[in-house]
Amino acid sequence: MGMLVAFAWSEFFQQVVFGLAQGAVYGSLGLAIVLIYRTTRIVNFAQGEMAMFTTFICWSLTTNHGMSFWPAFFVTLGIAFLLGVGIERVVIRQFEHASHLTVILVTIALFVIFNGLAGWIWSPEQRAFLGPFSAKPFNIGGVAISRQDVGVIVVTLMSVILLWAFFRFTKLGLAMRAAAIGPDPSRLLGVRVGWMYALGWGFAAALGAVSGMMVAPIVFLSPTMMQAVLIYAFAAAVLGGIESPVGAMVGGLMLGVGTTLLGAYVDFVTGELELPVAFTVLVLVLLFRPAGLFGRVVVRRV
Amino acid sequence: MRIALRVVGYGLLAAAIVLLPFTLGEFRVTQFTYVGVFAIALMGLSILTGITGQISLGHGGFMAVGAYVTAILSVNHDVPDLLTIPLGGLVAGVVGFLFGFPALRLAGVYLALATFALAVIVPSVASAAGSFTGGTAGILLDLPTSPIGRLTPDKWLYFVTWGIAAALFVLALIFLRGKRGRALRAVRESELAAVSSGISLANYKTLAFGVSAFYAGIAGSLYAILNFIVTPGTFPVTLSILLLAGLVIGGAGSLLGVLAGAAFVEFLPLYAGDVLRPVINAGQRLGFPVNDVDPTTPGVPSVVYGAILLIVLIAMPNGAAGLVRRVGALTKQVYSRQNPSESRVTP
Amino acid sequence: MPLLELSDVTARYGPSQALHGVSLTVDEGEVVAILGANGAGKTTTLRAVSGTVSRAGRLLLDGKDISRRSAEGVARLGVGHVPEGRGILTELTVWENMRMGAYLRRGRAVRADLERIASEHFPWIDRRRGQQAGTLSGGEQQMLALARALVGRPRLLMLDEPSLGLAPMVVQELFRVVRRLNEEEGLTVLVVEQNANIALEASTRAYVLEVGRVAVEGSSEDLRRHEGVRRSYLGY
Repeated sequence: MGMLVAFAWSEFFQQVVFGLAQGAVYGSLGLAIVLIYRTTRIVNFAQGEMAMFTTFICWSLTTNHGMSFWPAFFVTLGIAFLLGVGIERVVIRQFEHASHLTVILVTIALFVIFNGLAGWIWSPEQRAFLGPFSAKPFNIGGVAISRQDVGVIVVTLMSVILLWAFFRFTKLGLAMRAAAIGPDPSRLLGVRVGWMYALGWGFAAALGAVSGMMVAPIVFLSPTMMQAVLIYAFAAAVLGGIESPVGAMVGGLMLGVGTTLLGAYVDFVTGELELPVAFTVLVLVLLFRPAGLFGRVVVRRV
Repeated sequence: MRIALRVVGYGLLAAAIVLLPFTLGEFRVTQFTYVGVFAIALMGLSILTGITGQISLGHGGFMAVGAYVTAILSVNHDVPDLLTIPLGGLVAGVVGFLFGFPALRLAGVYLALATFALAVIVPSVASAAGSFTGGTAGILLDLPTSPIGRLTPDKWLYFVTWGIAAALFVLALIFLRGKRGRALRAVRESELAAVSSGISLANYKTLAFGVSAFYAGIAGSLYAILNFIVTPGTFPVTLSILLLAGLVIGGAGSLLGVLAGAAFVEFLPLYAGDVLRPVINAGQRLGFPVNDVDPTTPGVPSVVYGAILLIVLIAMPNGAAGLVRRVGALTKQVYSRQNPSESRVTP
Repeated sequence: MPLLELSDVTARYGPSQALHGVSLTVDEGEVVAILGANGAGKTTTLRAVSGTVSRAGRLLLDGKDISRRSAEGVARLGVGHVPEGRGILTELTVWENMRMGAYLRRGRAVRADLERIASEHFPWIDRRRGQQAGTLSGGEQQMLALARALVGRPRLLMLDEPSLGLAPMVVQELFRVVRRLNEEEGLTVLVVEQNANIALEASTRAYVLEVGRVAVEGSSEDLRRHEGVRRSYLGY
């Protein structure tokens, strides 16, 4: 049986950690998608390209403007937030009453525009993106664990937890949840629902930026960088139940670990096939459990 | 009267298409051949999206299927080019048909997601299945030759392509009229209503996907022959998106719309810079620090057509009359002879 | 100057017109009822005030023109509208709904006020804070909707068919609370009701709408004795 490669615990842990890091990236982008879907019922196909675009901005800040990573990181989060708010207020709002499919086309148009803009401004060539984490691995019980991977997991989880705390404990967060659940009753309570939507897009864009800036050191920065990640993110969101934030994160982590382990231990699954595997998962979940692992089943008998 | 106008219109169009290659040089003729190829793909997409209201972001993937079938058969198995075309279409059609099965469980958004994923996946699968597909290097086809002495290869391919396009157009008309056409439109209007009037949704959605993929497969086969190389990078996800955008922008659903969309898909990458130039000039005059735009800068065409797509979408009426319904309404006018008095003047 | 003044107000749902010129006033400290059969335009009138329907005409709140304001804008002026269907945010908890009621208010006193309103008038809310609002019974949801609106300390409280689908005892309790708040704190109330009996009992003045217009108006006392009103709406 040549399928399974020789098994070593240390390598297994390394792969798991790597898978968790990948999964954290998928999950955070997936979470961004869920965030927009929960608040505005829109599936934002451009989420990945927006993340890529803002990651380029971070790169530009560090390379052309001499900022060090962490200040650039936070400035980029701010820019991404404003970009998200701006897009919702200027573009998406025009389609308040349009059909679902029209809105999909709008987000696709945004996909195309951001993709093109990135190639135009920064050229389509790949370039290295220096992350904040040193290459020196941690030594845990004799196993070398990548500092990069741990760093990605920590940063992503912290971002997600901060966001969760915002929604759970602040007045604005509550108002945003209210606007998503019942826009009409919320208006009667004085909530400016349109602006709540805009904030949702802002936070989602910022999360996407986190995702992009965390993955860029691994996959190299290029305009097509986030396209595969987007598929994984969709798969994560669907796997977790498209309305479940927790589900998206968990789904992402599962996908990350799953595809990494498959790629490492099953001969047949080369690096290139990891994505089709994720796609197959996506389709299977849509077929057999469309509500995902954590979602509620909405019966659609047609 | 309207019918007569239509016939005259079609006739003029046909004449223009036939005469075109004799008035232009080889390069242009090839470009217009590509327009024909895209027209075939868009016809298929139009059948799917415009009539059944389902959106596909993955038609580049079906084109790739047809292209690889043609490439593999003609290079590895010495099958004559032309024969591979219907085969490419059939294989793509079968893949589409199979895709149609899960498609029945998915509505709107999820289907768009799945087809989008399909478009992203196809290049990966193509390069991974190296033994079949020649991996990343792809397959190189023989240069096309013309069996008719008087026609140069470029003209020959032009007529083959447009001939096939015309035949497929007629096929689409036949397919969409009568019982099947009504059924497909019913699917778009309201799935619930369609089911309750006894139409088997499963069959029709699947059929729509299969037929639509068949068209794309044929387009892909022709593309392979024209391009004489097929690689995983030949049909990127951006092509699938461009096809859908072409359908929307061309005002799809009508024949003229499909042709306009196809021309858009072919010529936009070349002329995007020219479209942008007056905008840039205006910007400069207003004091923005914008440089001259080089149309060959990668990314410019995307920005332009993305912006055009947005403008088109905004300018369409909002509300209940969503974009796809408008497409369906237009399609009704062309493809339905039942109420000529409802139709607009031009096809 | 009346707190609320409507003059010749029209409203429409798309192409069909629902109000054909409604005029009414509500003074501060009053409880005014709007009666009428189904489709008479009662709910639409409230919607015209709260800005949730397309309307035209003169609508003044505290002398300010609200005919062009958005729903959020009208709410911000102090109108608390408990709509038909209650508008409970079902996926939030009971207490989160209450907190949303106080959305427009600022300051430390708000928290204390929330607690006070809950304990004084709706003690059960305290016990069920963490319960998901969607799992409450119809009566409980109506009470919660009322509590939530009160938390916002509205200038004008508008209730749309609060008795709908509720057991008689619950209806009594609800109106008792409303009466108490009006008497003790001067809360101004505009209530739309199909149950004319209880509405006339709880209010000082009332309007009867028919086909989008005011057909009869007067003090609740008088209306209770009015021949036509008795026959059509009071059942005797």
